[in-house]
Amino acid sequence: MEDRRVVITGLGTINPVGATVDATWKNLLSGTSGIGRVQRVDVSDLPSKIAGEVSDFEVTDYIPKRLARRMDRYAQFFWVAARDALADAGIAYEEDDPEAYRTGVVVGSGIGGVESFEQEIDTLFHVGPHRVSPYGIPKIIANIAGGQVSIDFNLYGPNTTAVTACAASANAIGDAGELIKRGAADVMVAGGADASITRFAMAGFAQARALSTNNDDPVGASRPFDADRDGFVMAEGGAALILEEREHALARGATVYAELVGYGMSADAYHITLPRPGGDGAARAMKAALDHARITPEDISVINAHGTSTQANDATETVAIKTVFGDRAYRVPTSSTKSMTGHLLGGAGAVEAIASVLTIRDGTIPPTINYATPDPECDLDYVPNEAREAEVRYVMSNSFGFGGHNVALIFTAA
Amino acid sequence: MDRSEIESKLNDLLVDELGIDRDAIAQDAKFEEDLDVDSLGVVELLMALEDNFGVKIPDEEAEQITTVGEAVDLVEKKLAS
Repeated sequence: MEDRRVVITGLGTINPVGATVDATWKNLLSGTSGIGRVQRVDVSDLPSKIAGEVSDFEVTDYIPKRLARRMDRYAQFFWVAARDALADAGIAYEEDDPEAYRTGVVVGSGIGGVESFEQEIDTLFHVGPHRVSPYGIPKIIANIAGGQVSIDFNLYGPNTTAVTACAASANAIGDAGELIKRGAADVMVAGGADASITRFAMAGFAQARALSTNNDDPVGASRPFDADRDGFVMAEGGAALILEEREHALARGATVYAELVGYGMSADAYHITLPRPGGDGAARAMKAALDHARITPEDISVINAHGTSTQANDATETVAIKTVFGDRAYRVPTSSTKSMTGHLLGGAGAVEAIASVLTIRDGTIPPTINYATPDPECDLDYVPNEAREAEVRYVMSNSFGFGGHNVALIFTAA
Repeated sequence: MDRSEIESKLNDLLVDELGIDRDAIAQDAKFEEDLDVDSLGVVELLMALEDNFGVKIPDEEAEQITTVGEAVDLVEKKLAS
């Protein structure tokens, strides 16, 4: 199984900057923000009143009504992304198709169905246990997005879930790749979703002092690496990639976007929400991914940073990149698409994996928008404000999560 | 509330609360086989019946319901008692 390689053959996403991959990519390259005032819930008494919403999302345009109403919004987003990614890859299985037994799912979600959780808890407290919905539990569990997709698209292979907060869908992609490499599957739907623009989630992250309160300037609020950054901007949505064993993809004449060659992980073992000062954990994840890909820092053309726009992350990630890349750190374009999408939590890694794959395909690096005032602690080339053309061979995508989970993925041209 | 009113209100519940296609609803339609209402859906239906008709339906009686017509019968009986 040593020679099994993993390529990307399908992409799907619905997120604040686009309801399709094409729209998303176009907006990321033009530097278009998906952030605005929160419309979905009452934020009048919340510190952060801005978010990246998937606006105009009429779920019944995508999912049959009877099915959709049993799913939390987060699972709906993953379902739509998975459907689009499968279609993009040209994969559709009838029940009991032998190929479908070699196809699985790894989904990542930071929180799962938090909106449904809030609704059911409200019912429990204010009406009583006899009115808690029978769909309450299946709606909130973080693995149901993967379960539901397997049911509706006839995917009988390995099916599991990564729940590593903001690193979740990066873990999902890495884990799915490993399943293919060791021969447990030939095709995997990998990605993630979250839908945490809810009162509890917005209050909780605000109390952790993680959210931007730049409410008067929604579009300018997510400003990774800028000196005036003041927290991340909550966002919602989902993304999925089709990972496929290379020979399997070539044999069926699939369009190959890129190859997944590196997956590194580490734990900070330091604090539940703060990164370890000095960025040792993040640096070890990046090094592990380079080792896995059997390449050196010199080979990396672009970094898609975790770049959340929090004080702590952006400074620490910068130090970590310098630790790994040395002087070359200043010459590797490092951009944060979260400046435009906001932070999709468990969906972020997969959206950024799609951006990384398309950066390879098109040789164009999306910018970090809202970059205005340099921070002495963040002194790398963040591809400020304008997309940039470049020769791109290897792209590293970083994702770090509460709990001290660090993940780096590396993609290259197929 | 007479039987036809119960029927009409129940049909609305099936469409609005359970998302069932109105054209598929008939008095002899079986919830499980014909309307694709699974065991979780039956619980949801009971909650909707209790809330909308102001009746109390014990689990033992709920388990006897297999068709739309039987649900109407049960509500009619409960309302009369």
